[in-house]
Amino acid sequence: MATQQTSAAARVLVAPSVILLFLWMIVPLAMTLYFSSLRYSLLDAENIGFVGFQNYAAFLSDPDFLSALVNTLVLVGSVLVISVGGGILVALLMDQPVFGQNALRLMVIAPFFVMPTVSALVWKNLLMNPDSGLFAWIARSLGMEPVVWFTNHPMMSVVIVVSWEWLPFASLILLTALQSLDEEQKEAAQLDGAGALPYFFYIVLPHIARAITVVILIETIFLLSVFAEIYVTTGGGPGVATTNIPFLVYKEALLNFDVGAASAGGIVAVILANIVAIFLMRIVGRNLEG
Amino acid sequence: MAMKQSPAKRVGVTVAAWLVAFLIFFPILWTFLTSFKSELDAIAMPPKFLFFNWTLENYAEVQERSNYLKYAFNSIVLSVGANFVGLLIAVPAAWAMAFAPGKRTKDLLMWMLSTKMMPAVGVLVPIYLLFRDLGLLDSLWGIGFVLMLLNLPIIIWMLYTYFKEIPVDILEAARMDGASLLNEILYVLTPMAVPGIASTMLLAIILSWNEAFWTLNLATSNAAPLTAFIASYSAPEGFFWAKLSAASTLAIAPILVLGWFSQKQLVRGLTFGAVK
Repeated sequence: MATQQTSAAARVLVAPSVILLFLWMIVPLAMTLYFSSLRYSLLDAENIGFVGFQNYAAFLSDPDFLSALVNTLVLVGSVLVISVGGGILVALLMDQPVFGQNALRLMVIAPFFVMPTVSALVWKNLLMNPDSGLFAWIARSLGMEPVVWFTNHPMMSVVIVVSWEWLPFASLILLTALQSLDEEQKEAAQLDGAGALPYFFYIVLPHIARAITVVILIETIFLLSVFAEIYVTTGGGPGVATTNIPFLVYKEALLNFDVGAASAGGIVAVILANIVAIFLMRIVGRNLEG
Repeated sequence: MAMKQSPAKRVGVTVAAWLVAFLIFFPILWTFLTSFKSELDAIAMPPKFLFFNWTLENYAEVQERSNYLKYAFNSIVLSVGANFVGLLIAVPAAWAMAFAPGKRTKDLLMWMLSTKMMPAVGVLVPIYLLFRDLGLLDSLWGIGFVLMLLNLPIIIWMLYTYFKEIPVDILEAARMDGASLLNEILYVLTPMAVPGIASTMLLAIILSWNEAFWTLNLATSNAAPLTAFIASYSAPEGFFWAKLSAASTLAIAPILVLGWFSQKQLVRGLTFGAVK
């Protein structure tokens, strides 16, 4: 029971966190909104003026924006399909009573702890280099031409790297969900002589459906802001082939020094992320009540 | 599907599981092996898997040429320091929300979570300009502050879910005995919550260690952590794979070990308790 005294104390104790997060969220966001209505270039800082929605009009009608939006959606969509689809398979496999289960788990989860700059550079050079990368050697051994990954298939290459980073996350969460499937249900299905496929679709899948949703939403939030992997491998290119929205905003801000345009882009990114966030919050919120 | 399996099927499943796990882990293993090769062996065709002249010279060179220790020091200071400060702010908040909840507590928790949803590019410009004007660009204080704020909602959430599992009666008993609020938190709650606090810190440190948006954009040299150190290897200079591998191994090894210890908490922390 919270007495009056403790609830007063509670308010004081929560206050620092609330104030800090409020400042962190609201102040910069308000500044971004404000900047997005200005003609403001760091190269020409004398000449600042109000331009209304012109930055949005320019940003949204820029062909680079459209391609960045498409790239963002392709990146998020492909990685989701690969990591969640693959994650279900890996989780099912890890859930089996196999020899050395713990060691297997450690191996599978490991890529998640690798920093993005390392994963991207290791994949780009050691594995996907068309001359002396490991994949080139495998291709040649099979009598095929090595694929020139980052030049000819830049987006696919980025998707592969990012999928490798997120497959472990999906696998681990889905495995956790699978393990909470109770033994009785398993035994009942077994006694009824359910085949593997019906068992999967009628018992396993419904059981892990919520975990799958959570994985999709959380991954989407992170995947909408993929940055470092692109920064160290393709630099958004060739051309704008791998420029997603975060990278486009970064280019406007720190390479073109166009504060106004970058801010408008930032606000567009915020709106996109919020659409996803609303769904995630609803699920987590429901959980909080239980 | 753990049904009765014939021995043959069991062997098959075991082999498949090991194969899949090995493939997923392979890039890390390959990096580790390459870090002990000479640059010539690193690009040899066909690749040399185990039979090459093992050497430690890459590690020596990485330290000499790019001053690994400086970056490692920054990474440690940033990830441990920022999250320790975060913890000091979060413990009281989580106590309040877990043990003295009001009508708005749930909304407050959801709002804190929502700050995590904001994409970094949405505030890149103002933060960059503010930091420039305040002289915080490339400073450990500035970047540490950002990293602390990034993790604060996760820390509060994780602590909250752990605190909720501690019976409130024990805290009330302490209160009856006349313990002050500070003593209650310090001497009654904290010792009981040590496992939860430890795993929260572990996850938070891992997240900060690998954070690669703000660290790349706000740090250039003095305050740059390992993420930026590795990024400096993105411009190739001649043969550099063995050195890249050595640098990568040094950058991920400590956190990989921590990560393996905290994998159970990872699920809870990253799903905000939605999957346990």
